[in-house]
Amino acid sequence: MNLNTTPSRTLDNLLRSRLVAALTAPHGVDRYLDWLAPERVTDEMRSRVLARRMETADCVTLTLAVPRGWRGHSAGQHLTVSVELDGRRQTRCFSIASADNSRNGELEITVKAQPDGQVSRFLVDAARPGTTVVLSDASGAFRLPDIRPAGVLLISGGSGITPVMSMLRSLVNEGYEGEIRLLHYARSSEDLIFADELDELTQQHSNLTVYRAFTSDDAVDGELHGRFKPAHLQDFGPAHNDWPAFACGPQPLIEALQSYWSAQAAGSRLDFEYFQPPRAAAADGQSVLQFVRSQVTADDDGRSLLDQAEAAGLKPAYGCRMGICRSCTCRKTSGRVRNLLTGRISQDGAEDIQPCITAPASDVSVEL
Amino acid sequence: MSTINDLLSPEDVEAFGRDMDAIRQEVLDDLGQRDVDYIRDIIRKQRGLEITGRALLFAGILPPAWLAGTACLSLSKILDNMEIGHNIMHGQYDWTGDPALASENFDWDNTSPASQWKHSHNYLHHTHTNIVGKDRDVGYGILRMSEEQRWNPYYLGNPLYAFLLAALFQWGVAVHDLEVDRIGKPGDMGAKERKRRALEIADKAKGQVTKDYVLFPLLAGPFAPLVLGGNLAANLARNFWSFTIIFCGHFPDGVEQFSEAETQNETRGQWYVRQLLGSANIRGSKLFHILSGNLSHQIEHHLFPDLPAHRYAEIAPKVRAACERYGLPYNTGSLSRQFGTTVKRIFKLALPDREALPAAA
Repeated sequence: MNLNTTPSRTLDNLLRSRLVAALTAPHGVDRYLDWLAPERVTDEMRSRVLARRMETADCVTLTLAVPRGWRGHSAGQHLTVSVELDGRRQTRCFSIASADNSRNGELEITVKAQPDGQVSRFLVDAARPGTTVVLSDASGAFRLPDIRPAGVLLISGGSGITPVMSMLRSLVNEGYEGEIRLLHYARSSEDLIFADELDELTQQHSNLTVYRAFTSDDAVDGELHGRFKPAHLQDFGPAHNDWPAFACGPQPLIEALQSYWSAQAAGSRLDFEYFQPPRAAAADGQSVLQFVRSQVTADDDGRSLLDQAEAAGLKPAYGCRMGICRSCTCRKTSGRVRNLLTGRISQDGAEDIQPCITAPASDVSVEL
Repeated sequence: MSTINDLLSPEDVEAFGRDMDAIRQEVLDDLGQRDVDYIRDIIRKQRGLEITGRALLFAGILPPAWLAGTACLSLSKILDNMEIGHNIMHGQYDWTGDPALASENFDWDNTSPASQWKHSHNYLHHTHTNIVGKDRDVGYGILRMSEEQRWNPYYLGNPLYAFLLAALFQWGVAVHDLEVDRIGKPGDMGAKERKRRALEIADKAKGQVTKDYVLFPLLAGPFAPLVLGGNLAANLARNFWSFTIIFCGHFPDGVEQFSEAETQNETRGQWYVRQLLGSANIRGSKLFHILSGNLSHQIEHHLFPDLPAHRYAEIAPKVRAACERYGLPYNTGSLSRQFGTTVKRIFKLALPDREALPAAA
């Protein structure tokens, strides 16, 4: 291994030299490496699926090759995964499920197929070892603190367990001696992700307690039943009030936890993350526009994004104002938009749009 | 719009526009893997030709290697500028979401900076096609390509200027956006903006010159002059080729030009008809279409500038059939016919208009 490292690094240094940059201008060396040595491209983080494992009927764990330039992640953070579907690059956000030593070569995401989710469906049904994906850096403020607390309370619902699982795995891996308590909500034992691993970890680590709450009416197993109620926490014993809590799940669960925590006025803090369902298209006139770069917010008035940006006092670039010249092209970071020429409604994810012929179809954030 | 209304009733103009919208929508609905595979394949071939060409030129001491190297590099530059650069920078592949195919990121092997070219071409030329006074591609500010441009003795040099523009085409395109001919006239961008653009052009040109005329020759050591010569020849070949194709787009016989007055408050239908009347196609083989960046389907390109260009050949029969339905002309011909009549126009307009000559006839 070591013998290989040096020439490889020398080659990388050469490829990134000013000389090679000048010789490959204006395209840049990566646009040649695309064809000659795709694994050496550095302007985006390309990864491959190494292995897949079904967790439940509609949920898969994918092991991904750690890409060049990967800077690691903190337990709880997420990344974006881009895949090419019928020629179109689609990007979605997923929590990292593996422990926070990802720089050493372990990177896993666990994906549940969403009914209308093109990307999640592809990852669950079609991604195979060898499938190419493009990753982003890890990001997100939902993360374990670097200075580990005396004990932690982890709460999750459904596939919201993935970032929480990264926290749990990280703590267990590093030989954490504090108390770890996990309270997880799932519909039934068939929907329980990581079921076997949770059993194993509980047996191996005396400082870990896992409570499973099944919300389906006919569920007979599990330590607890039904949706979150404060009594579920009290079952855990007295200590939890001093510990930080980390919760990830669907909106109703997080809201219930938030109201409980604020009513308690407990000394501990609740860190939380929504596991966002796809947003529904809002009724006309109800949506809110966010112009991210200018930090301006406006109520949608139904006109094109270009008109509305100008009305909000922005001075975005534009040209033909009829959808042909693309002078105004900008990135939509979230929300659905309607093409004013065709009436088509877009997907929810990030993509480039033409503001002069695009109107909001939900709350929308654009990089203007 | 007198020209257009002479040909069609206002209702038919809008009906024609709807037919064009339908053709466009059909392609949009069908965009997918095939289109991405196509452009990536062309890019891979271009990169292959470029690397092969530059490698052969290092062995340029052998005449066949020099000739083959120059030919490969010329083809590489032609593909890079025409089928790849021009079309990607139109946003034809923006829908793919691939940053390498995004109009926002792409720059071409040409001294014209992408951002300025996109402004003058995608916006000014494609929106205001053949409107004399607004479309700066009518004569590029140095040639007389329309009777509407008033003759003066400077234009006696029209054929010479055209030849120089052809030889130096990439430089002509690069300085196009400085609008030097507008200094001190209405619509002048002002010294500050002109300086900003000049610096941007200088920066891009420096990179191009360094690569082709300094670094690659120096890497060849004693064979530096051969590499320099090959690179110069390849740039020259690309310049003549792109000039020829591009001048066949809007100047052959039968192509209409328009005035600012007649295009005020234009409808979408009128815009489509103007694009049709203001453009001309060139007939040729599949390879010829690729090397022309499918600008040989100039009509389809001007009707649908942001549809992937390799689709133009597929929709051309539908466009043509619509033209026949509405009795609209569809200007197409061989390269020699289209370029021949363009050259004739360059010579003819070097002289004052006959009817304007006092009692000449």
